[in-house]
Amino acid sequence: MFQKTIDFVGKKKLFFSISIALVVITLIASFVMGVRVDIEFSGGAILTYSYEGTVERADVEKTVESALGEQVNVQMSKDVQTGGSNVTISIAQHGISAEDHDALTQALRSAYPDSNFESAQISNVDATIGQEFFVKALLAVALAAVLMIVYIALRFKRIGGWTAGVTAVLALVHDMFFVYAATLFCGFSISSNFMAVILAILGYSINNTIVIYDRVRENRRLHPGESLAEVVNISITQSLTRAVHTTVTTVTALAVICIVALACGVSSILSFAFPMIVGMLAGVFSSLCIVGPLWVTWENYRAAKKAEQK
Amino acid sequence: MKKVGKPVFFIVAVLIALLTYTAFFGISTSFGDNTTTIIKGADQIRWGIDIRGGVDVTFTPPEGVDATDEQMSAAQAIIEQRLVSQNITDSEVYTDFQKDRVIVRFPWKEDEVDFNPEQAIKELGETALLTFREGIELDADGMPTGVTAENIILTGADVKEARVAFDQQTGEALVQLELNDSGKASFAEATRKLYPSKGVISIWMDDTVISYPTVNAEISDGSAVIQGSFTADSAKALADRINAGALPFKLETQNYNSIDPTLGAGAKDAMVLAGFIAFALISVYMIVIYRIQGVVAVIALVGQAAGMIAAITGYFPVFPSFTLTLPGIAGIILSIGIGVDANVLTAERVREELRLGKTVQGSIEVGFKRGFTAILDSNLTVILVAIILMGAFGPPSSIMATIYNKIFFFFGSATTGSVYSFGYTLLVGIILNFIFGVTASRLMLRSLTNFKALGKPALFGGVK
Repeated sequence: MFQKTIDFVGKKKLFFSISIALVVITLIASFVMGVRVDIEFSGGAILTYSYEGTVERADVEKTVESALGEQVNVQMSKDVQTGGSNVTISIAQHGISAEDHDALTQALRSAYPDSNFESAQISNVDATIGQEFFVKALLAVALAAVLMIVYIALRFKRIGGWTAGVTAVLALVHDMFFVYAATLFCGFSISSNFMAVILAILGYSINNTIVIYDRVRENRRLHPGESLAEVVNISITQSLTRAVHTTVTTVTALAVICIVALACGVSSILSFAFPMIVGMLAGVFSSLCIVGPLWVTWENYRAAKKAEQK
Repeated sequence: MKKVGKPVFFIVAVLIALLTYTAFFGISTSFGDNTTTIIKGADQIRWGIDIRGGVDVTFTPPEGVDATDEQMSAAQAIIEQRLVSQNITDSEVYTDFQKDRVIVRFPWKEDEVDFNPEQAIKELGETALLTFREGIELDADGMPTGVTAENIILTGADVKEARVAFDQQTGEALVQLELNDSGKASFAEATRKLYPSKGVISIWMDDTVISYPTVNAEISDGSAVIQGSFTADSAKALADRINAGALPFKLETQNYNSIDPTLGAGAKDAMVLAGFIAFALISVYMIVIYRIQGVVAVIALVGQAAGMIAAITGYFPVFPSFTLTLPGIAGIILSIGIGVDANVLTAERVREELRLGKTVQGSIEVGFKRGFTAILDSNLTVILVAIILMGAFGPPSSIMATIYNKIFFFFGSATTGSVYSFGYTLLVGIILNFIFGVTASRLMLRSLTNFKALGKPALFGGVK
């Protein structure tokens, strides 16, 4: 049985256009819609109210959101010493003014006249994971990228390793960008869930890319006469079944998490599992349709330059 | 190539089954009402605050202390490091500079027995001011007086690094200190002065004497030792606190609440349920597509998943138990995904060889060999990432942080436990992938080809 070789490199304009278009749309959308950033990253206010009787978390959240006109996070808590019940309200990105605080207290009291809501504590807090974290994370990722490029350059020397390494890192950035896009368009906020997904996609993306490079390395040896574009096309075609099976299994696993989370009413897990699915799909797309063609384009450009100089 | 016999498959499968059983259910012995846990099961996983809830503590400086912003940030950084040193890799620490408050949240559940939140809170709020003082003159309350109060030879700030060591004669745990240049000079001077009279240097943690060794020699190389009646754990705890640095003041607990999971109640059950369903679906898919290779892959994946649980619960003594948070789960999902990929890669390679008309045995040999280069290269690259993240965001005393300190030194040590736990689960997962996804799968498959009834290419996903 022989598979027909699919011309991935020849369709590069289409693939590049799709990616670039999505990136541009996302960038515009981030300016228009604004990015929601979680309290861990942005700081904000943490309010604690004590109450009596029983209240529903989701109802309190609705009451608070309509009183303040923005999204908040409400957690139920219990004072360990006194045993009294509390709600803890986290407001991201800014502190709370005295008027808003009074309005909120009034709103809670009128919504729950029997619960005796009392303000117990207000703190205006700085981000726990602040700018320093971002800079450090960027540096860590940059260091990882440099090491990856060096590693790929050494292990894939035979196929022109440096360009392959840099292309792999570009694909990585591309895939992480799609995680950001999914988070943005779903209205999720930049939180530690987001960080977790970004890191996972970093690993997943590089794994996908290297599988393709490994085939190219092998086929370069098996088909010495073929043009680079043809070798890359053959390699991607051969890796296609593997890509399909791996993607189906991993995406199924995450889709199950999404469905179960929805069924159990824990919708917060969606902000983790769904962007991860998008990132994985982007990872497969970029490893099949972006990495190979982009790398061939670069290598051919370099070859043409060299020829010119002679 | 060495021949792999028929029994190998069963040996590997039984070993994996044993690991899985013990990792999930643990081993404990019951004698009357006392249950002793020998190996911790999956029910003892410490889940993070996002999944299971925890405590919310507000710390303030003692009354009358007006802390500066710098002091509050220093307090926050030290608390973060102490949390990670206690293997609480999941925490939120907020600081309110106007009201001088530090709000700390970390996971805990009321029915948890092997973790005491009050002890943890006490340790977080301690100043942890280490002092070496001349002599041991105490007043009625056990506080230093006279020359002991006046002459402070060293403080924790003079210590470059503290680590656990063991006395070569007695085997007793002790804390070994390496001093800065600032500490070297004064320590040399003090030992020179005290040595002839067989004087004593008392070592204090806050207001408690830990040890008061007699000076037996002049020590000028800046290497000191704290002896007390330490266990390995208490020596490590002290070394961690010295490394994290001293708080500018004692922090008092203003209030102390238990809070519900950040992700909402039921998050844990949902994740566990989803995990089992997803694993079942992956198993069915792999077996339908790859037949015998699929069965072997599923056994290997069970082993890998069990190994990951074992690494989190503290099954192996070398790995401490870990707080499992959503980023940690992301690390597990990614490594299981890479594990599936390793099996898919190999199975596809074997199929390709079968299509060329090779024998089952030959195809498996060549398939594994060809598939391995891709697995090796991709997994090693992912390990690079995991190690960098662990080094950049781990506790400053970990081995990896020491290596990377030179690169990240100008950041201080902003420890972010959730990223560290991602790196940890990923690293363990990839190592397990080499053990199960590569080695165990290969042993099992080669062993199975010895059975005549199984020697048909179709059973391995090849053409009929």
